[in-house]
Order: sequence, then structure tokens, then C-alpha cells
Amino acid sequence: MTLFPKAFLIVAALGLAACNNPDRFGGAGGAGADGLGNGTGFVDTTGLGDPNDPASIAYFNQRVGDRVLFPVDQHTLTPEARTILAGQAQWLMSNGGYAVIVEGHADEQGTREYNLSLGARRAASVQSFLVSQGVPANRIRTISYGKERPLEVCSEEACYAKNRRAVTVLSVGSGV
Amino acid sequence: MSMFRILGSALAAFVLLGSVTAQMAKAQSGPLRIEITEGVIEPLPFAVPDFVPENGGGSEYARDIARVIASDLAGTGLFREIPQEAHISRVTSFDSSIAYEDWKAINAQAVITGAVSASGDRIVVKFRLFDVFSGQQLGEGLQFAGTTRSWRRMAHKVADAAYSRITGEGGYFDSRVVFVSESGPKNQRLKRLAVMDYDGANVQYLTDSSAIVLAPRFSPAGDRILYTSYATGFPRITLMDVGSLATQTLAEQPGTMTFAPRFSPDGRRVVFSLERGGNSDLYMLDLGSGGLTQLTNAPSIETAPDFSPDGSQIVFESDRSGTQQLYIMSASGGEARRISGGKGRYGTPVWSPRGDLVAFTKQNEGRFHIGVMRTDGSEERLLTASFLDEGPTWSPNGRVIMFTRESSGAGGSAALFSVDISGRNLRQISTEGAASDPAWSPLLP
Repeated sequence: MTLFPKAFLIVAALGLAACNNPDRFGGAGGAGADGLGNGTGFVDTTGLGDPNDPASIAYFNQRVGDRVLFPVDQHTLTPEARTILAGQAQWLMSNGGYAVIVEGHADEQGTREYNLSLGARRAASVQSFLVSQGVPANRIRTISYGKERPLEVCSEEACYAKNRRAVTVLSVGSGV
Repeated sequence: MSMFRILGSALAAFVLLGSVTAQMAKAQSGPLRIEITEGVIEPLPFAVPDFVPENGGGSEYARDIARVIASDLAGTGLFREIPQEAHISRVTSFDSSIAYEDWKAINAQAVITGAVSASGDRIVVKFRLFDVFSGQQLGEGLQFAGTTRSWRRMAHKVADAAYSRITGEGGYFDSRVVFVSESGPKNQRLKRLAVMDYDGANVQYLTDSSAIVLAPRFSPAGDRILYTSYATGFPRITLMDVGSLATQTLAEQPGTMTFAPRFSPDGRRVVFSLERGGNSDLYMLDLGSGGLTQLTNAPSIETAPDFSPDGSQIVFESDRSGTQQLYIMSASGGEARRISGGKGRYGTPVWSPRGDLVAFTKQNEGRFHIGVMRTDGSEERLLTASFLDEGPTWSPNGRVIMFTRESSGAGGSAALFSVDISGRNLRQISTEGAASDPAWSPLLP
């Protein structure tokens, strides 16, 4: 998996949160364009760090796992999802400098507005679980993209399965 | 000033042609009549010779106006144009009667003749409709005056009048559609709001593509648009003034998502979905006072609301039964009754302008359909089937439904289609690029 899409999400999320500590890791992250549709404000840039550094964003994204997947038309967490989220919660508890935006997504097999609701349910499931594990609620925001931002573009279950997701996007700052 | 008001005043000079009133024989009771029924019909053959230019300025529009009229009528599937190459008679004067025998010989049952003059930015269009086989004019001649910029609208007005006289139903050609123009790959789609004539002409873009925009709706007067926008970074219901393009975020509540906004028929209230903690319910916003009323309170998804034409009821979708289904409740909330009962999932209900039908999206066995049912859920009929059809919108006369059809796969893209409520006459609307989420305006004034 390439790092670029992650860097892209981070950059966009930082823009959304409008936080002001862009150089926590001193590196310059990549893409400057804000493709997720935030048309206002400036874009902060943060390095992802070394995935071998347990305090890095790269470590969170790759080793802990930044996303969980859902069965068709469901928002309940699978055992696998709970394991990943427990790891996320643990990481967030020991890295207090980050807030998160949980993005809920749906596959394309559904009407647009229903899928917005479904994505919101998925994001909220993740939020509730993280809070139940001790992450302060004020560090977590949610957003639903419904079926507007698929990750995979084929129209088969192999792609749909990866699109039915909730992604925990880190942003620098202890609260939102 | 809104676009509609500009055009409306341009067309305000709408007069009967006094000179032909005396020649009027029987009007709408004549034999030239299409009864629009559910059965298979033979399209009615008609002819539209080029309009007669009454001055030099008019000659620029004489042919184009006739072509738009022909395209409007033939596009309904109820009429078939007899090509101009087959015409025997030439119409050279608007005021002389037509040579009925010449039109009978080529089996043209209806003939529309007209004249156009233009000077400066002003244009005047006149027309008459003839019933060839009964040998008389059908209805009065009419004249439309406006700006040259609105010449297509005047052609649509002529076609609406002809359609209306022959079918006995209201027209729908002089109308606009607000939609979402799409570009870019499937995983990085760019979306912007746009409006067009019902036939895809005269596209104007209302937003840039910097923020995702979804599911717009016209206000009843056509001067405002409601939609869902990610411009703040989060989905928010947004109100746009069409004239100034000024926007305003409505009903902002921290930590919530708002979406699926629709106007009440009087344009003063907005029903929409508000999501809090993962749960979506329906709310009503009074645009005047800013007052917010919660209409549903359930742990299920309640969204995609739409008012009945009289404003007293709301149809919406809910998965309270376990799957997406359609419900109707009072516009003040309270108990809802389920109306959908067939197999599969039902969403995006829209109430017909006549009030008797609800159009919807249905998902069943991996296919999507646009369908209609009566408001008590009876007489369900599916009009389309494809990989992904969704989001019906009604033509102003309730005869035609426009919707989004998206093709499958990595290169899949969205397009606008229309279908008659009989299920006939499926057509793609010609748009510059990919397009989705159409919403029809009322007939323009």
C-alpha cells in the first residue's frame, strides 16, 4: 500500500480541523491540494513519520490500522473491527496530542441520502467504541461521506467490501 | 433578481391575437386529441414548417424555433414529426390559412405555423395550431414577446400550448432542472451545482467544484435552491439565492450532520434530516422564524422527505422495519403509515404534482428501479431497471420522471434519463458531462 493516499487524507483532515501545529514531525508532507472538498482556509502539512516509531502517524495508519470494515448495510462492529479499534484507542490514549475525525463510508449499492445516514451510523459506532475504551469524546468528530468517496472503483463485492469502511483520521491537536 | 423573474417579465407580454379570434371554430372539443392512457399508442404525426420571418431580425430564429418545437413534441413519444423534406406546401404568410389537402396528403394530423420578428434584443413569436383532418384551427393563435436571449423559452411555450391542446394536459417544456454536474474519476469525483432547460440546453453553473454538493431542490417559485454542501467541511443544508448565488447554511448545530432538505409547497419551511450520534431523524425548519421542530424520534434512519402538494403530509423513507421502506405522516409529525409493501428496499419518495402518485427508487435482487405507486401503496409499477437508477423527480405536469442512471465499474459515470410514467419513452438527457441528482422546476411563468 502506498503512503500517498494516507498523506493525502492527513493533509485534508488537518485542513478541516484548522489546527496550528503543522510541523510536529518537522517533515514536509506531500500533496498540497485539498481534494476532499474543503474549499476554505489554508492547508496544514505534517510528516507521517517513520512507521517503526510507535508515536508516528504512519505507525497508527499501518501497524495499528486506521480503518475498520462493515458487512452490507450494517454498522455493528465485527470482532476484527473491535480488535483494531481497541488498538486505536490504546494508541490515542498514549498519544494525547492528536484529535481524530472518523469518516464513515458506504458502498455504491444504496441511494445517496440513505448512504449518508449509513456512513454516519458507521462513524458513530467507531466513535462510541473509542469512547468506551477511554478516549475523551471531545477528541473525536465524525463525518459521513456516504457513497461519495469510494476507495475502490470496481462494481464487485471485492471493492464494495473495502468501501464499507470507517477511517480514523488523525489530526494534530488534543481536541476538536 | 432571480433568473426566473427576469425571464418571467420578458415573457409578460403574452397576448391573444385578436385578429384570429373571430376565425376560431370549435377549440378543444375537436377530433384532434391524444388520450394519454397506459396502453400502447401510435404517435400522432405532426408538421412544423420553419416559422415565417416577419423582418430581418426574425430570420435568424425562424428555423431554430420550429426545430425546438418539433424536438419538444417528438421527445414526448406521443408525437412523430413529418420531416420538412416531405412537406408539399410552403407556409409563406402567417395570416393566410393552410392548404389542408397538402398536409392531409402526407398524413400530417397537426400543423403548427408561426412567425417571428426581432429587433434589438426584443423578439415576438406567434403561432397557430391546425387540426388537418377536421380542417380547422385548434384553439386561438397566441403571441409571445420577450428578449432574444429567451427565444428557446418561447419555442417551449408554443410546444407547451400545442401539447396541452392536443392532450388536454398541462405542458412541461418551459421548465428548468437543477442538477449536479460531475467530473473526475470515481474515487475523486468533483461535483458542482448547475441548472439547465428541461432538455439539457442553456446550462449555467451555480457553484465551483471545491466542495461536494448533493441533491438540490428548487423552491416553488424557482428563485432559491436547497441542497447539501460540504463547503464547511461537513455536510450542511444550504440555501442559495439563484439570482445572486449567495448561500446560507441553515440549521447549524455543532456535532450534527444535516442533509436531504426539501421546501414546503409555500416555500416557507424546510423539511430535512438531522443526524446526531449516528441517528438520522426528520426536522422542520421555519425559514422566517428559524424555529426548528423535530418530526420523528426513532433510532432508525429517517430521510428523503417530500411534501404532498397541499403541504399537509410528508412522505419519507425509514428503515424502522429493518429495511428501507416508504411512510407517510402528517407534516406536523406523529404516527406514520407504511405504504410500500413489495419485495426489496424503497427509497427517495417524491410526491407527484397531482398528488395521486409517489415515485421512488427500488432496490431488489441487485437491480435498481424507478417506480410509481398510489399514495396508499397500491398499483406499484416499475418503470425502469438498471445497475443503478435513483432519485426520481416529476415533470411539472406529472407525466414524466427524470432520474439519475449510473453505469457500473471503474469507468462508471452518472447521466440523466427521463421516462414517461407509462414506462415508455426512456431517453437520456443530453448534458455536457456526467450529471446526477436532477430536480425539476415548476412550469415557468
